[in-house]
Amino acid sequence: MSAAVKQVLIKGGRVIDPGSGLDEVADVLLADGSVKAVGQKLVAPEGAEVLKATGLIVAPGFVDLHCHLREPGFEDKETIATGTRAAAAGGFTTVCAMPNTNPPMDNASTIDYVMRKAAAEGAVRVLPIGCVTKGSAGRELAEMAEMADAGAIGFSDDGHPVADGALMRQALTYASAFGLPIIEHCEVPELAAGGQINEGWVATRLGVKGVPAVAEEQMVARDIALAELTGGWVHLAHVSTAGTADMVRRAKERGVRVTSEVTPHHLTLTEAAVLGYPLGGTGGGTGGGSQYDALTSDAYNTFAKVNPPLRSQFDVEAMIAALAEGVIDVIATDHAPHNRQDKLSTLNDAAFGISNLETALAAVLALVHTDAVTLTRLIESLTLGPAKLLGNRAPRGLGTLAKGAPADIALIDLDVEWVVEPEHFVSKGKNTPLAGATLKGRVVKTIFAGRVVFGPEQGKAS
Amino acid sequence: MNAVRRVGIPALSNGGGSMSPGRKNVLDLDDFSREEIDGVLQNTTAMREVLNRSIRKVPALRGHTVITLFHEPSTRTRVSFEQAGKVLSADVINVTSAGSSSKKGESLYNTALTLQAMNADIIVMRHPHSGAPHFLARHLDSCIINAGDGAHAHPSQALLDMYTIKEKLGSIEGKRVAIVGDILYSRVGRSNLWGLLKMGAHVTLCAPPTLVPPDFLRPLPEEHPFASVRITHRVEEALDGADVVMALRLQLERQASGHLPSLREYSRMYCINSRRMELAAPDAIVMHPGPMNEGIEIDPEVAHGVRSVIDQQVTNGVAVRMALLFGVVTPDRSVAP
Repeated sequence: MSAAVKQVLIKGGRVIDPGSGLDEVADVLLADGSVKAVGQKLVAPEGAEVLKATGLIVAPGFVDLHCHLREPGFEDKETIATGTRAAAAGGFTTVCAMPNTNPPMDNASTIDYVMRKAAAEGAVRVLPIGCVTKGSAGRELAEMAEMADAGAIGFSDDGHPVADGALMRQALTYASAFGLPIIEHCEVPELAAGGQINEGWVATRLGVKGVPAVAEEQMVARDIALAELTGGWVHLAHVSTAGTADMVRRAKERGVRVTSEVTPHHLTLTEAAVLGYPLGGTGGGTGGGSQYDALTSDAYNTFAKVNPPLRSQFDVEAMIAALAEGVIDVIATDHAPHNRQDKLSTLNDAAFGISNLETALAAVLALVHTDAVTLTRLIESLTLGPAKLLGNRAPRGLGTLAKGAPADIALIDLDVEWVVEPEHFVSKGKNTPLAGATLKGRVVKTIFAGRVVFGPEQGKAS
Repeated sequence: MNAVRRVGIPALSNGGGSMSPGRKNVLDLDDFSREEIDGVLQNTTAMREVLNRSIRKVPALRGHTVITLFHEPSTRTRVSFEQAGKVLSADVINVTSAGSSSKKGESLYNTALTLQAMNADIIVMRHPHSGAPHFLARHLDSCIINAGDGAHAHPSQALLDMYTIKEKLGSIEGKRVAIVGDILYSRVGRSNLWGLLKMGAHVTLCAPPTLVPPDFLRPLPEEHPFASVRITHRVEEALDGADVVMALRLQLERQASGHLPSLREYSRMYCINSRRMELAAPDAIVMHPGPMNEGIEIDPEVAHGVRSVIDQQVTNGVAVRMALLFGVVTPDRSVAP
């Protein structure tokens, strides 16, 4: 950020900063890439750009602990350049990149490569996650200490669990030296083998193999026990079942170092989305048919195939409750962009994953519109919550509007209704089950390090 | 001259029926009404008459192209559809995955577009993945008939089973049907469930618990379409008083996949043999969709015994498939005057 970055005064918005408990109409002054002041009737310094935010929410820029930028190796699906622009379009100013690239980020040099590439081409801040094991193969620990020195914020073999319990024990113990989490994709391979969607009636009627909730829960139970044993920190990626929420709740009560994240889709969609009936209402379940109706040719909706699978209504409600009470710490997108052919196939052949960055906020705002989660808690779970988990790996004040915090801002229109049109996504991944759905609320402007990176002024300010 | 005379299929004395106007695809029986199933079964009778003639050929589908696209080995179903198409004078082209561009890595999507570009009026499809016919139906204008997809559905088999039941027992309504075998993976069992329940049969499923869908092992909610189905793990209980005993093929790899301790034990516990058939109703019939593992799910003595209607199933299969091919191309036309 050069001195040429001008000052920005955001005037008249409803400022929500969970870090300070602030929720009132106020002005926010940004200067030299950081927050200068938040207060009433701030006067614009000479030469400052003034952004009118009347009627909008002014929040810290969002922090995503879990996304797939696909670079290096899968640039047909996404690149650091396109993925970070998609992030900006969704209000995210910090994204943590998963290491299942090709080659995988399992050593300091690939971590370094991604950080340099992001600094050169990224629209927002990229914090890399390193592999737990070499090549994500689950056999030998990766060089975690060197990756930590190079800037990794945690370790994960995401896409797979660390299936070997003895190795997971060593990973948790080893990583405790630098206070970083092992981010676990909780899935017992044998119980999930061949599974395409959630186990239950939808899988039965479609004649496809289901993944039972216990495939996740058995691994969650093991990892909680290992975290308790080692004193290490396990962060559970994309949790999806009511049983998991119960175990995390009890573990936290015992003081186990366990944290967890939930995706927008596991908060808002059920397995019925695979049946392909039109989505109804704002962001929620199916509007056009019941799970007992006859199938149409839209069934086997590959865009609703994701790992872990979309679960039952019971699980979705448990996820919402766990998020509201803080048992689940944060919302993370698990943004998983794929190209057209990856989803243009039978359900069995289709890739797992949802392109999520650009619909994440709008999807979860449905929980606010239905009073299931407060707006403050929702914003906290996208800002302060994940920033806290990044600890001193994050710039000071990240996820807040405290004086001196990064000048990262999301401006949100809570009430605007819009139709999801994946063909207009910034992301290369157009794969979303929300295509055609009407969502209420969206990010209208994103500021990263004091510059507008998404919104009407995009391009002008830089 | 009416349409009936033109296509060369005899009219039915009782008036006949037709498929739903506008039906383009036959993907499963879940979207068939009872009336529509009745219509297909009645048209099947008309097709049977054609098959009984000395010259088995009518011009009903002359100038139409039927492509059978089989991505799984099959003898009876593919030949049955091929014969059905040929008797109706359609041009029938067989594509199997072994000799097709899918072996060269062509995607199913591109294969399908290619077949459509060759003006396939009907694509009859067999695929190991459930929902493959739905995928084609979503993207193509051609009519799609599902000839078996994964563990999902096999509607033409279920229709020929129901036709055979009706032919042998006079009706389907109120009949007690025992389906014994690999319910978990059987597309035949699944399509029969939809069809038989719509037609008012009482269905009992019988299998070891490992071969039943896990959600069927818990009580089903009242509004569940299969709520009335009885599930038992004892074959004697299933066969007791049954009017129809339908044995399903056991895939031999179920032992290695951990569903069964041994084929020997399965056979001892679930094989349909003549001793067990004594529990069934006196005029009960025995069915099997084929191909059979004789000695495992069905005893040879029963398979080839007096109660067996397995050969009639095959003959009826051609007639049912004629009715389906005719039905999707001319859904609004009854074969009756």
